[in-house]
Amino acid sequence: MTTASVNGELYSIVEDTAKSLYIKALKDLPPDVRQALQKAYETETEDTPKKVLSTMLEAIAISDDKQRLLCQDTGIPLYFVKVGSRLNIDIPRLQEAIVRGTERATVEHPLRSSVCHPIKRTNHQTSTGYRIPLINLDFVKDDDTLEILMVPKGSGSENMSFLKMLIPAEGIRGVKKFIIDSVLEAGANPCPPFVIGVGLGGTADLCVKLAKLAAVTRPLGSRNDDPDIAALEEELLEAVNQLGIGPMGLGGKTTALALNIEYAYTHITQNPVAVNIQCWPARRARAKIDAYGRVEFGY
Amino acid sequence: MAEYRLTTPLSEEDVRKLKVGDTVFLEGTIFGIRDANLIRMFEHNVPPPVDLTGAACIHTAPNVRKVNGGYEKVCIGTTTSSRMDRFTPGLMGQYGVRAIIGKAGMMEASMEAMKKYGGCYLAIVGGAASWETEKIQAIEGVWWEDLMPEAIWKFRVRDFGPLIVAMDSEGNNMYYQVKARARDKLADIYKRLGV
Repeated sequence: MTTASVNGELYSIVEDTAKSLYIKALKDLPPDVRQALQKAYETETEDTPKKVLSTMLEAIAISDDKQRLLCQDTGIPLYFVKVGSRLNIDIPRLQEAIVRGTERATVEHPLRSSVCHPIKRTNHQTSTGYRIPLINLDFVKDDDTLEILMVPKGSGSENMSFLKMLIPAEGIRGVKKFIIDSVLEAGANPCPPFVIGVGLGGTADLCVKLAKLAAVTRPLGSRNDDPDIAALEEELLEAVNQLGIGPMGLGGKTTALALNIEYAYTHITQNPVAVNIQCWPARRARAKIDAYGRVEFGY
Repeated sequence: MAEYRLTTPLSEEDVRKLKVGDTVFLEGTIFGIRDANLIRMFEHNVPPPVDLTGAACIHTAPNVRKVNGGYEKVCIGTTTSSRMDRFTPGLMGQYGVRAIIGKAGMMEASMEAMKKYGGCYLAIVGGAASWETEKIQAIEGVWWEDLMPEAIWKFRVRDFGPLIVAMDSEGNNMYYQVKARARDKLADIYKRLGV
C-alpha cells in the first residue's frame, strides 16, 4: 500500500516521470554506452573508424553541452515497467499516465513524432497511437517500488530485425549461423557499432520479444546469469567483430559494442532464433518511484 | 587517403579526383532532400524549384522552428540512403547534382550514375544529429513547404565534415568492399563457431 497511490498522486508522478524519461533518453547517453564507444575509439587503429568514432564522441559532448537531441529519430517509444507486488496500483490508470507523459514530452518539448498509422500513415504528432507507446509490464514480488525503463527505438536499427523458426536438427549450429548471417545482412544500416540482441526459444512472438529485451534493456558489458548462455554471448560477440563491418559500416574492428542473449524454453519440435539490433546511440533512461512517490532517475 | 576541402557548387573535376576512403570537408551550401520531394521530382515530374547544378545533397528531414518568417534549426540528422537509390540517376543526369551525403550507402543505380556523370557519395555519421546540427550554420532557404518536413532545404555549411568518400566516380563502393571482405572471412568464422 502506498501513500501516493492512495491519494491518487502516483499517476501524475508517473505521467511526469514518463515525460522526463523520454526527453532524458534522447539527450543523455548512459555511461556504459559512452565507455564502450570510448573503448572502441581507443581499440581502432585505422583512420576511417577513428574519425567516425571521434565524431560520435563529439556528438555526445555537444548533446551534454547544449542539451540537444543526440539523434533526430525520436523512435517508437517503449516503456518497460516493473510493478512491485506490494503496490496498490490501478494498472489501466498507470498505462494511461505513461501514454499521457509520452504525448506531453512530444508536444511540450517539442519532439518530432515518429509514430504513424501503418496503412493511412497518419501521424497524430504526439508519438502515440493505437497500442503505442509499447508498455511492457512485469511484476516483482515482495517489492514496493515502481521501475520505469524508457527506450526510444530508432528505425534504422529496428528495420534490421530478423526471425527464423529453425528446426531442432539444425541445433545451436543453425542458430549461430543465422546470427552471423543476419548481422552481415544488416551491415551499415543499423548505425554500427551496434548492440545485438538475440532471442532463443519460446514461440515466434516471445522469441522476437526476447531479442528486443536483450538489445535494449541490458547494460553493456552485462552477461546472462546462465553460464552456458554467457559463454555463447562472448563467443558470438567475438565472431561478429571478426566480420570487420566497423563503425558506420566503413570497416574497422568494432562492429558490435555488445551481444546479449535472452532465452526461454521452447517446443520440442521448434528452434526459434531472433535478432534485434540497437544503434550506437543505445538510448535508455530509467526511473524508480518509491512507495512515497519519490523519483530517482538513472539509466 | 587524401583530405580535401571543397567549396560548392562542385565541379566534375572536384568529384572525379575523389577516391573511396578520402575525407572531405565542405564549404558553401548543401540541399536537404528525401523521399517526398524526390517522389514529386521524379514520379510526378515536377522540376526542382532551385538550381541543383554542382550541388551536394543530404538525405535529411530536419526538425525546425519557424521564426520571423524563416526557419531556425532544432535538430538536423541524416536518414538511411538506400530508400532513395532510384532517384540518383535523375538527380545527377537531369539536374547536375554532384554529391550525395547520407548514411549506410547506396546501390547499383547510384553507382552507375556516379560513374556516368561524375558523382560521389559522402558518408556522414548517422545518429550524430547534435554534431550535424552544430556543423550547419543556418537554414538559407526552403521550397515545397507543403511537404514539411520533407521540403527541399538549403543549408549554409562551413567546415562540414569529416565526410568519408564511400562511393566514387570509378564505381568503387566502400560498403560493398567491406561486405565482400566480411564474406571472405565467413568460412573461417563458421569454422571457429563449429557451424
